Amino acid sequence: MAEIVSLTINGRPVRVPSGTVVAAALALAGESRFRRSVAGHPRGPLCGMGVCFECSVTIDGRPHCRSCQTLCAEGMEVRTDE
Amino acid sequence: MSDANSRFEVVVVGAGPAGLAAAAAAAESGRRTLVLDATPWLGGQIWRGREAKGGSGSAKRWLARLQATDAVVARQTTVVAAPRPGVLLAESPEGPREIGWETLILTIGARELFLPFPGWTLPGVVGIGGLQVLVKGGWPLDGKRIVIAGSGPLLFAAGAEYRAAGADVVLIAEQTDLGKLARFGLSLPRLAPRKITQAAQYQASLLGVPYRPGCWAVSAQGADRLEGVTLRSSRRTWTERCDVLATGFGFLPNLELPRLFGCRTANGAAVVDDRQESSQAGIFIAGEPTGIGGEGRALVEGLIAGFSAAGRLERAGRLEKKRRRAMAFSRAMDRAFALREEVRNLASPETLICRCEDVARRDLEKFGDWRAAKLHTRCGMGPCQGRICGGAVEKLYGWDAASNRPPVFPVQIGTLRDPEPGSRGASK
Amino acid sequence: MYGCDVAVVGAGIVGAACASECARAGLSVIVFDRGPVGGGTTAAAMGHVVVMDDSEAQFALTSYSRRLWRDLAAELPAEVHYEACGTLWVAADEEEMAEARRKEEFCRVRGLRAEILDEAALREAEPNLRPGLRGGLLIPDDAVLYPPSAAMFFLGRAPQNKIEFRAGSEVRALNPDGGVILGDGTRISAGLTVNAAGCGSPDLTAGLPVKKRKGHLVVTHRYPGHIRHQIVELGYLKSAHSVSSDSVAFNVQPRANGQMLIGSSRQYGAEHPGVEFGILRRMLERAAMYLPDLGRLVAIRSWAGFRPATPDKLPFIGPSAGNQKIWLATGHEGLGITSSLATGRLLADMVLNRPSEIPVAPYSPARSLLEGKAHG
Repeated sequence: MAEIVSLTINGRPVRVPSGTVVAAALALAGESRFRRSVAGHPRGPLCGMGVCFECSVTIDGRPHCRSCQTLCAEGMEVRTDE
Repeated sequence: MSDANSRFEVVVVGAGPAGLAAAAAAAESGRRTLVLDATPWLGGQIWRGREAKGGSGSAKRWLARLQATDAVVARQTTVVAAPRPGVLLAESPEGPREIGWETLILTIGARELFLPFPGWTLPGVVGIGGLQVLVKGGWPLDGKRIVIAGSGPLLFAAGAEYRAAGADVVLIAEQTDLGKLARFGLSLPRLAPRKITQAAQYQASLLGVPYRPGCWAVSAQGADRLEGVTLRSSRRTWTERCDVLATGFGFLPNLELPRLFGCRTANGAAVVDDRQESSQAGIFIAGEPTGIGGEGRALVEGLIAGFSAAGRLERAGRLEKKRRRAMAFSRAMDRAFALREEVRNLASPETLICRCEDVARRDLEKFGDWRAAKLHTRCGMGPCQGRICGGAVEKLYGWDAASNRPPVFPVQIGTLRDPEPGSRGASK
Repeated sequence: MYGCDVAVVGAGIVGAACASECARAGLSVIVFDRGPVGGGTTAAAMGHVVVMDDSEAQFALTSYSRRLWRDLAAELPAEVHYEACGTLWVAADEEEMAEARRKEEFCRVRGLRAEILDEAALREAEPNLRPGLRGGLLIPDDAVLYPPSAAMFFLGRAPQNKIEFRAGSEVRALNPDGGVILGDGTRISAGLTVNAAGCGSPDLTAGLPVKKRKGHLVVTHRYPGHIRHQIVELGYLKSAHSVSSDSVAFNVQPRANGQMLIGSSRQYGAEHPGVEFGILRRMLERAAMYLPDLGRLVAIRSWAGFRPATPDKLPFIGPSAGNQKIWLATGHEGLGITSSLATGRLLADMVLNRPSEIPVAPYSPARSLLEGKAHG
C-alpha cells in the first residue's frame, strides 16, 4: 500500500501515499484555508465526516466537492478557495 | 443495470458496526442482502481505515463475518431520496441508481454535536471524531500542539490516537466536574467491566498529559487560522497556544432518512420496538439513530435488526438481555457527561451559528422558532442543510430543527432527474 | 374591545403590503398569522417580479406593481436581495418566436422596455442555454428578490406603533361587524378586516372561489454566473395555464448569492403538501432540456407549496361582495410577489377613498358570483 499518488493543489505538484483523502493532501501541502465563507471568512475541515461541507474545494473543475470524503487520485487537480 | 443488482430482500443503509452486523445477520439467514455506504470504506467512521489494514479487534471480526456471506456491498453510494414505495434513489460513482427493497434497515449512524463559541469557525477547530477520521485519511499531526476539549471518555481515545500520530497533546479539558466523574466511575464496573479497563489503557498511554475535569474552552483565537484557545475552570481563565482544538461534546443521531420515510422520532432519536422495527412496517433502525450508545450497542442492535428483518424473531429475541445492558450503559454515560449550562451557551452575539450562510447569534435571537429564524436569516439553508447549526440551536434554544425533504443530501441534479444508469457518463 | 382600524389576516407578502400601505396612511393595523411573517405561499415562492400579459387587467396590475418595486428598490434592505436581472423569455421554435414578437409589441406600445433576441444574441446573453434555440425576448426591468424578507420589510416600514404583528395567532373566523375571532375565542374588533390569508382565505370567507395550486422548486448550490437572467420558456404559456392537468415548465432564477432556483410545476387538486418525486423529476428533466449542464450541478433542497388561484387568474382586491367590513386581498396565484405592492396601494386607496393610479374594477370581489355570502 506504499504506492504514491501525484496530484496538483492550486497548480503545485504534490505526492501522497495512496489512500490519502484530498483534505489530508491539502494539509500536507500546507493549506489551512480550504474555502472562504459567504462573508469571506477562511474555513477548513470541521466534521471530517462529510456532513459540514466546510472542506469543500474544486476537484477537476467541479466546485463544492467535499475533500474529506474524496480519495486522492493520480493526476487530480485540486483548487482551494472556491 | 440488471434486476439482480437493483432488487434485494434486505437493504442495509450504512456500513458502520450496526450495518455490518445487520447485513451479516440478514445474509446468514439466507436473505438476498445489499449493504451500501456513502464512503469508500466499510466500518463507518468509527472503524475507518481498519479495512485497509486487514482490521483488528472487533472490526476485523465483523468485517470477516460479513465477507463470509453473500451480501452485496455498494460503496460511495449515497441515498438521496425515496422516489416510490420500496425504492431508494442513490448517487454512486457509476451514476444514479435505483434500488428496490422488501425490508429496509437504516444504520446511518450519528454525527458530532458542535456547540458554537467565539472563534469556532477558524481553520484548526475540528471535531474530535472528525480529526480521528482525518488522521486515518493521512492528515498530518506530527509536532502539532493540540488541545482537546469536551466531554466523555472519547476525549481519551482521541488523545491517544493523536499522540500515536505524533501530536503534542497539550491538555484534555473535560467539562464534567471531578465529583460527578468519580460517581460515574463507581457505577461503571457493574455495567461494563471492559469499558473501565479501556479508559485506563487510554489514560496510561497519555501519561504526562494534563487532564482537567471541570474545565472547558470558552473561545478560540487566531487571524486566518487557529493560534490559541482560552480555557476556563471554576478557579481561573487562561490561554493555551495551539495549532488544533479538537472539540467533543457528544453525538447527534442522523435522522434525515428515518424522517423521510415517516418513521416516528421522539427526544431526538428514532422510535423502535424490541425488534428494532420503526413505526413504519418493514423499516428497521439500529445503532446511533435510536439513541447514542457507541459500538457495543450498535452491534447488538444491528444483529437484532438483521435477524428480525429476516423473520428470525426468536433468534433476535435471544439478544434482548445484551441490548438492555448496552442501553443501561449508554444512559449512565448520558447522565454522567451531561453538558453544563455554561458550555451550551458560549456563543456571543457576534458568534456565527450557521457556518454555511454566516448567520450570527444576534440575528437568530429575534425569532421564536427554527422555521421563522430559518426563513428570515437563511440559517440552515446552506449545503449542510442544518446538520451543524440545527444541533446548535437545539442546545441553545430548544428549537426542533428537523427536516425531511428530498434530497436528504446535496446531490447532482442528474441523479434526481435521470434514474437510468448508463445514460450519462460516470461522475467524478 | 376595539383593537384597530384595520385587521389583516395573513402576514404573507400581500397581507404585509396591505398592512404597510394602510399604516403609512395613518391607520392603526394589527396583522394576524398562525405562523411567522411570510411563512405560507410567500416562503415557497420564487420571488420573480414579472410583468404578465394574459389580460389587460393582469398587465395593468403587474406593470404598475413592478413600477412600485422599482421606485422602492433603493430603500430595500440587503436581505431582500432585489436584483433587476430582467426576464429572458426563451423561444424554442418559430411558433414561440411569434409569441415573443407579440409580447414585444404588446410591451412596446404600452411604454415598457422589451428587446427581441435572435439565436446569436440569446447565446451571448445566456451561454449555458443549449444551442439551437430560436431566440428570445428580454424584459430588462423585471427583477428577482427574496420574498420572506420583503414581507418583513413591509411590516417594519410603517410609522412607529402603527402595525402590530401577532405571530402564532390562528384566526378562526371574521367578525361580520369587523374584526376577528381568534382560535381561543378572543374577539378583536376592527374598523374593517382584510382577508389576506392566501390559500386559507376560503376558510374564512365562505364561497370564495380560491383554489390551491401546488408548485415545486429546487435550489442549487452556488454557481455564480451560470445564468444571468430569470429564464422562462415561452412554452410556459402553453403548459402553465392548462387548468386540467399537472404541468411543468422551464423557469430558472439566478439568486444574488449565486444559487439558482429551478421551477416550475403546477398541479390542481393536489392536497398533500410534501414534495412529489415524480413531479420533481419531470421539472428537472424539463429544465435540463434548456440548460444541459444542469445535471452536473448540485441541488441542495427542494420544496413544495400552494398558490391561491382564482378562475380568471386575477386576484380579489377590495370589499367582499356581501359585507363592506370584510375586505379581500387574495387569489394572486403565482403573481403575489410581483403584485403585492400594487395590491396594498389599491386597497389603501379604496379604504381611504383616494383616487387610484389604475382602475380597480377588474379586481373587485363582486365580479365573482358570491351572492352576498362573503363571510362565514
